[in-house]
Amino acid sequence: MLHPFPHKPVAGNPLVRLENVTCGYNGQPVLRDLSLTFMPGDFVGLLGPSGSGKTTLLRVILGAADLYSGQVTVNGVSTLRKRPRVGYVPQLETIDWNFPVTVQEAVLMGCTMNNPLFPWFHRRELTVVMEMLERLGIAHLSKRHIRELSGGEQQRVFLARALVSNPRLLLLDEPTAGVDIKTRDDVMHLLHDLNHQGITIIMTTHEINAVAAHLPWVICLNRRILAEGPPIDVFTSETLSLTYGAEMPVIHYRGLALVAERPHPFTTEGLGRDHLEAHEPPEGKHV
Amino acid sequence: MPEIFQLDFMVRAFIAGGFVGAISPLLGTFLVLRRLSLIADTLAHVALLGVAIGLLLDRYPVFFAVIAAAIGSLIIERLRTSNRFSGDAALALVLYTALATAVVIISLGDGFNVDLFSFLFGGIVTVGQEDVWAIGALGGVVVLVVVFLYRELVQSTFDPDLARTSGVRVGLTNTLLAVLTGIAIPLAMRVVGALLVGALIVIPVLASLQIARSFRATLLLSSSLGVASVFSGLTISFYQDVAPGGAIVLTALGLLVLASGARLLMARA
Repeated sequence: MLHPFPHKPVAGNPLVRLENVTCGYNGQPVLRDLSLTFMPGDFVGLLGPSGSGKTTLLRVILGAADLYSGQVTVNGVSTLRKRPRVGYVPQLETIDWNFPVTVQEAVLMGCTMNNPLFPWFHRRELTVVMEMLERLGIAHLSKRHIRELSGGEQQRVFLARALVSNPRLLLLDEPTAGVDIKTRDDVMHLLHDLNHQGITIIMTTHEINAVAAHLPWVICLNRRILAEGPPIDVFTSETLSLTYGAEMPVIHYRGLALVAERPHPFTTEGLGRDHLEAHEPPEGKHV
Repeated sequence: MPEIFQLDFMVRAFIAGGFVGAISPLLGTFLVLRRLSLIADTLAHVALLGVAIGLLLDRYPVFFAVIAAAIGSLIIERLRTSNRFSGDAALALVLYTALATAVVIISLGDGFNVDLFSFLFGGIVTVGQEDVWAIGALGGVVVLVVVFLYRELVQSTFDPDLARTSGVRVGLTNTLLAVLTGIAIPLAMRVVGALLVGALIVIPVLASLQIARSFRATLLLSSSLGVASVFSGLTISFYQDVAPGGAIVLTALGLLVLASGARLLMARA
């Protein structure tokens, strides 16, 4: 299983700073008046129900969501002035899996702008890519089409793509969604290793017990910041019901705060199902 | 030498056709994967407006067609990114605006219906020396830009957000692709005609996508299939006395059927 590492805040300048940020798409704000800082070496999980703005928060750091007010800086530079070069692993479901690229080509895209203007890749770039595939255990798949891989292998391809440019900051959108338990643990161990090598990691997740409880720092989000801190402090019934809008009993077990969870909480508002929910037995009874 | 290569106009047809057969699917690969297959059809009608203007002014019509299509492609790109119209609605709007204007201009000047017909249905055997020069020069520009912008084009086609995180200027790349498409379509029109130009841009790509795994293979194979379609179609049309544009497109469709068959065989093996 994963070993939680203590969160060691480093003195100095923040790597990412959001100041009174209101952002969204097509004129519709998703997050309002949000302020956050991420220090170099942070390993942070973003938690919240679907539609809470987790992905939008990642995308505004990338400079890919519309910023309506406030300021986002990465390394002290505003994302409006220059889009930051960060490693980004999108949700797998947003990828066009019928696109004709091999594993090797997909990862090579990560070094696109190191050598612009030419269609062929340097041997040096190929070496870097193959080393990265080796490190993630998918070197034998390099000539395969990306559709021919399992979910865990696909996740590694895009992780490799994000890592080939040696980013200091890695943003991952649901890196453990749709993979089996073994792969999930592998991915999380890999992220911990990368974090120990000095890479700052910000990831979103739906998995409270399996993923978020093992992270050094979590942020609960539902269109605004509801709580922030180590999971043991943050995971309380009050915070979680504020975040997910559902009762979620918390159990303390060997130094971990575990949640008798509803992993994908229902928003019963407006569905006319409130009366049904009321008659369901509380989930804590099953534990 | 076989009879077909002893005739100057057929030699010119093969040279011009070869260029067009190579560059149309080259751009088509990016367009099909961006789900913009029908942009070629729209731009062909915009190019027709340029042809009508050229014929009315009694100047070289291909020149006006290139200008019109390049401007048209920029307008489409603008409409598409502004989110005011969805992708295909922007295409339809530009298509009918151009076509209606072309029809009005054609009705103003009598007597150039014959010339116009060769642009509608293709007139590769009427390709003159100036057409060969224009197609060779502009075709060369298209190939060069695709070669030098290969990484940017592939990245921004695959996933614009990911491309931006790698430092690709996606907006600029998209604009360049639009302009290149605007240049290529009037050239291809000279060979297969405005009504079938989209086929030469799309069908070899679909055939190539059946077989190829990597992006590079997709690009090279689609381009080769484009040239093969044009050469076979021209030969068939010469000996069987059928319209070259139709023969070329039907050959390309035949190759698509073969490629789909090959895919089924590969899947079974």
